[in-house]
Amino acid sequence: MPVDVYLNVAVSGLLTGLVYGLMALGLSVIFGVVRVVNFAHGEMMTIAMYLAIVLFQSLHLDPLVMMVPIAGVLFAFGYALQAGLINPFINRPEHAQFILLVAVALILVNVLLLIFGPDARSVQTSYAYDSFALGPLIVDATKVYAGAAAIVVAAALFAFFRLSYVGKAIRACADNYTGALVVGLNVKRLYALTFGIGAACVGAAGSMLVLIIDVTPPLGPQYTLLAFVIVITGGLGSMPGALLGGVLIGMTEAMAGLLFTPSAKSMFAFAILVLVLLFRPQGILGKRAS
Amino acid sequence: MTALLTIAGVSKRFHGLVAVDRVSCDVMPGEIFAVIGPNGAGKTTLFSMIAGALKPDEGEIAFQGGRIDGLRPDEICRRGVARTFQIVRPFPALTVEDNVMVGALLRTADVGRAAAIADDVLARLDLADKRDRVASSLTLPDRKRLEVARALATDPKLLLLDEVMAGLRPTETDRMVAILRELNAQGLTILLIEHVMRAVLALASRVLVLHHGASIALGKPADVVREPAVISSYLGAEAL
Amino acid sequence: MMRRLVGRVAPRGLWLLGALLLALMIAPHFANDYVLTVLILILYFSYTGQAWNIMMGFAGQLSLGHALYVGLGAYTAAALYVHFGIGPWIGLLAAVPVAMAAGAIIGFLAFRFGVAGVYFAILTIAFAEFARIGFDHVAYTGGSAGYFLPVAQYAHNDLWNLRGAPIMFYYVILALTVAAFVLCRLLLRSRVGYFWLAIREDEEAARALGIDTFRYKMIAVVISAGMTAVAGVFYAFYYNNLFPEQVFSIARSIELILAPIIGGIGTLFGPVLGAFVLTGLSEGMTDLLHALGFDIPGAKQVFYGICLLVVVVALPDGIWPWLSRRLGLERRR
Repeated sequence: MPVDVYLNVAVSGLLTGLVYGLMALGLSVIFGVVRVVNFAHGEMMTIAMYLAIVLFQSLHLDPLVMMVPIAGVLFAFGYALQAGLINPFINRPEHAQFILLVAVALILVNVLLLIFGPDARSVQTSYAYDSFALGPLIVDATKVYAGAAAIVVAAALFAFFRLSYVGKAIRACADNYTGALVVGLNVKRLYALTFGIGAACVGAAGSMLVLIIDVTPPLGPQYTLLAFVIVITGGLGSMPGALLGGVLIGMTEAMAGLLFTPSAKSMFAFAILVLVLLFRPQGILGKRAS
Repeated sequence: MTALLTIAGVSKRFHGLVAVDRVSCDVMPGEIFAVIGPNGAGKTTLFSMIAGALKPDEGEIAFQGGRIDGLRPDEICRRGVARTFQIVRPFPALTVEDNVMVGALLRTADVGRAAAIADDVLARLDLADKRDRVASSLTLPDRKRLEVARALATDPKLLLLDEVMAGLRPTETDRMVAILRELNAQGLTILLIEHVMRAVLALASRVLVLHHGASIALGKPADVVREPAVISSYLGAEAL
Repeated sequence: MMRRLVGRVAPRGLWLLGALLLALMIAPHFANDYVLTVLILILYFSYTGQAWNIMMGFAGQLSLGHALYVGLGAYTAAALYVHFGIGPWIGLLAAVPVAMAAGAIIGFLAFRFGVAGVYFAILTIAFAEFARIGFDHVAYTGGSAGYFLPVAQYAHNDLWNLRGAPIMFYYVILALTVAAFVLCRLLLRSRVGYFWLAIREDEEAARALGIDTFRYKMIAVVISAGMTAVAGVFYAFYYNNLFPEQVFSIARSIELILAPIIGGIGTLFGPVLGAFVLTGLSEGMTDLLHALGFDIPGAKQVFYGICLLVVVVALPDGIWPWLSRRLGLERRR
């Protein structure tokens, strides 16, 4: 096969991977701070995707434009979920928290199924079939826009955590729960805020992803799993790790789809997950837990 | 008489911090041997190395002539060295009796025989009337005795006690001391880490004093507490 | 053995259990075919719930990929039947070891490399998904288009080949559920059971008492996997068609754990009670909706999710511990 095909597929995978990375970023932030394994992560993204579709189909608003309001809705949802349901579970055993979120995920997926039915839906923007040509590279416009948007949002997130007061407060909670309490931080509120931010990430990622793929309710669990693979591969609690993992998985998926059958592409993601869990559980950029 | 437990030149470092510095001592069968010293002296690290939770960087630890350093905790227990934890770890959802039975089942696969062993141990530790209570509902002194009972049920030759008196009031301390004396009289060798000097002086036949990871005194309690190095580093002149 | 089986159980509990068993044994005479299929479903989930409970409730290892073992058992037995005409009871002899081997591999990888808790759960999901996608591509067993067992007439019951009327399947699954219950009870009251509980409660403390925790965790995984495979064989011969997307799906794995969680993890009767409550209520609800003229796909799953949520929040130990206290079946404290 000619080199440009590989190159195109790789770049395509990279751009999609950036969006995956943003989605996984949300999960990493939530786990890194609140220490809750959000098993409903993909489902939240699916909600965002359906929201984008509804807005597009009824009001003809471009998902990328709607990204901020959609992220806002997801933020509110995430905040409420954490404050209302999950906070009381902070001190319960790990598996109880996990199962709580499994229950939430189950409800979300099937409510979406009830409302929207099992058929695939998509968004056809005016630029859906456009592409950019750069030498031998031909890249879909949708993927370029989505990838670019992902980078922008990720950068904004980095800036928030590094530079803003609230961002630093959240990082303090993650580093030292008791210390944060002692200096007077309202940890529960910060946890809810963090969950909201993670959800907003996923909401933004959903608005981007809807340009690239079709939505069905079962997408939720699939993307939850993918988010876990990415976060564990890249390093739990590491923000650059989530992006790196996303790009890695995006490219692996794309190449696997090219070299083998498209349906086998997830098998590679899982193979990577198993290898990482066994041989480098802290992920590529993660810190080894002491 | 050959030593039951031999610690020879054992050291442990954590990223450049020397926690235990070439410590050597022997524990004779039938004695009660105490390890004391200020916080951070390396007592718990030494203890963890004997119990198999940590591996020494240097030196050897031998039990009944066979090396045990580097073995897993469960292997060491099977050889006859049982331990308790500083912060007690009962099996919370299990009853007192079931807790002890887990220990007893190390030596016999038969549940009936294990129950008989558990009965015996519970009686010796004065817990028989609480056998059906769930472990998480016990008071601290009872939990401490449960911890000892459970370890005892594994039929050890050497019992390692990690600050077993911590948190106990004087009367409870005396009760525990009496129990330990009784166990020792029946042939159990005991190695204990302790801060409660009342218990150390009442029980120990020999004492090792650690400071900054190194051994600064080793001998009979009455002699050791008078050594200047021990007084200045740990006891304070008022202790006399 | 009888003493180990019934010792230390309140007499009232034994009577209730006996009454339930009797009721289940004569139920087919009073139930129509539809109720019978619901009962079969209830017993199926009781059985798989017991098998999963061994890993989670006894040994404390959270598996969210148990559909893997159902699928492996189902496909192994089905393949032997379709390609070689080997009946399910012999097919078991291959299906169970296959699933046990898979469990052993997962257990070995996880426990040797210290993968625990949530990471372990994710690992189990990954393996189940691996199988799902893998079997989609195995033409020998039909691939994604499905694998079909030849269906003979229902005129007479062929127990050897498990071909026949629902009533035959009912008694088979009832027998399996009773056997599982008895097995779990015996295991729990043996040394293995005590060691499992110790590992569940505090693995490090268990090790300090001389327990080789790796070995006993492996035993739990392997037994759980093998037991679940038997359910897989039943599944294959009862439904007569297998699709990787359905059999290995994560929805199935979650479905499998609902009954024991709702009923009570770690208890013997929990999975049974959970299966009755969950399946009974959900089928009843679906019936009601149909009667009112609604056909809502997904309503049942939402119901499951809500049940799970309510139980996890309000009755974290499950319904059975709470109920057994009400019925006065607790041991003296």
